Amino acid sequence: MIELRIHGRGGQGNVVAAYLLATAAIVEGWHAQAFPAFGAERRGAPVTAFVRLSREPFRRRNQILHPDFLIIQDPALRVPGVLDGLAAGGAVLVDGTRVPEAVEAVALPATRLAQEYLGRPVPNTALVAAFLALTRMLPLAALAHALERRFTGPVLDKNLRLIEAAAAQVEPGRWQERVHD
Amino acid sequence: MIEPLEGSQAIARAVVAARPQVVAAYPITPQTHIVEHIAKLVADGKARCELVSVESEFSAASVVLGAAMVGSRAYTATASQGVLLMSEVLYNIAGLRVPVVMTVANRALSAPLSIWNDQQDSMAVRDAGWVQLYCSDNQEAVDTTIQAFRLAERLELPVMVCVDGFTLTHTLEAIDVPEQALVDGFLPPYRFRRALDPQHPLSFGTLVAPDYYAEMRALHHQALLSALDHIPELDAQWAQLTGRSTGGLLRVEGDPAASTGVLTLGSIFGTLADAREVHPECGGVRLIHLRTFRPFPAAALREACRGLERLVVLERAFSPGAGGIVTAEVRAALAEMAQPPRVHGFAVGLGGRDVPLDLLPRLLAALPDQPGPFSIFDLDRSKLPEAAS
Repeated sequence: MIELRIHGRGGQGNVVAAYLLATAAIVEGWHAQAFPAFGAERRGAPVTAFVRLSREPFRRRNQILHPDFLIIQDPALRVPGVLDGLAAGGAVLVDGTRVPEAVEAVALPATRLAQEYLGRPVPNTALVAAFLALTRMLPLAALAHALERRFTGPVLDKNLRLIEAAAAQVEPGRWQERVHD
Repeated sequence: MIEPLEGSQAIARAVVAARPQVVAAYPITPQTHIVEHIAKLVADGKARCELVSVESEFSAASVVLGAAMVGSRAYTATASQGVLLMSEVLYNIAGLRVPVVMTVANRALSAPLSIWNDQQDSMAVRDAGWVQLYCSDNQEAVDTTIQAFRLAERLELPVMVCVDGFTLTHTLEAIDVPEQALVDGFLPPYRFRRALDPQHPLSFGTLVAPDYYAEMRALHHQALLSALDHIPELDAQWAQLTGRSTGGLLRVEGDPAASTGVLTLGSIFGTLADAREVHPECGGVRLIHLRTFRPFPAAALREACRGLERLVVLERAFSPGAGGIVTAEVRAALAEMAQPPRVHGFAVGLGGRDVPLDLLPRLLAALPDQPGPFSIFDLDRSKLPEAAS
């Protein structure tokens, strides 16, 4: 089983990122679950969301305390404890250009890419695309499919171009060995 | 079709598939997404029903009561304080014997204020005379929602579908919302034979003097008890159509020769099931999901507990000053067995406290030989003032 935690600020599409990733996995025949940190979400406040992915069926609904991967949406996020609980051998994908030290980490200028392709500073979709490229867990087409369930027309087209661009900016398969299920 | 859906979204689609004519609800966390999504389906023209915006849960319950009294299929949803604000109307809906379906997105009660999940809200109205069904996952929530309309209309009783707030309502997973034709086949158009009609006036809920009140209450009790036959029957019909059972009165998993059982209601059932696999020392435990709490399935429970030496009841609410609510009822039902298991009762996961996978092995390791007084198993005593710890 692969467990992820996604950090960001309310309004950046944290829960959407979690839902997109789980949707893409389900479309590909995986078993998946995505949920927000339960509570009151407020625009601008630090928020988290979670994803569980597995080839085998599972039924647990407990909190994810030791995620295998972190996706950090906001490079300015200086909230203490962002790296807390990261599983041994875990890896971090972060928006921006700077990476945290002492852990395996990849940075992607996702907000900039989103601004460029969508005209909006929402890093979520680009980061999910990069995560799929890094892990080779699912084909990018699965994410495209998940996006098609959410968007249509020009917005969908822009998102599809964004995920191609984002995926192309990271080293493909760099985290492939870290994916175990 | 199996689709990735948020629990609330799937429940909303199940409600719409049941073709209610009137929906009235007031938004409250964590129920809000259900009602929002129904409103969206209505606005998008995908559902044809009267959606009544109200100013409180008391009004929401009153509107669905009135709608049901004139023969509409009516639905509402709420949580926590909303359940309490409705409570007077809930007793009336049941006493008037009108079919209404309500989702409770289970949440803790104030004070202190908590928006997180436990089941104190639905437990607080367990004596209101409604059927109460608890769902262990989102597929069960969908299936139970559709079954609930059929059950309500067949018995002329309201049905409460209890779904753990956040844990189920806010989780996206693969869920099958059955096709409209399948739902239509299971749930035919409904005609309320006591519907209010100016051409044929009837009086309801009028003053009943002492010479008839007890008889009215006895009839209500009898009607609820009769659901014990109808719930498994409808579930069996549903299973024939969909290939899925919700468990009927209760679901039993695990070793028929087990000496230890664990009983719970709601979504921690799945966590306990996974815990059995992750912690092999717990592999021999029998798990019981008490899907039906009202009416209380005493005979089915005795059957499910046959051969057990001890049964742990994990509940998500309690009665302060007394102890476990479910525990007391389980103990009373099992007392009629020739060799009843010893019943240990604990509350866990109150006010949204996480129930982790290792709770099961810790619980079993800590279990005394003889049941002690009711306690909160996952209490952190270091947070209590010295005198109370």
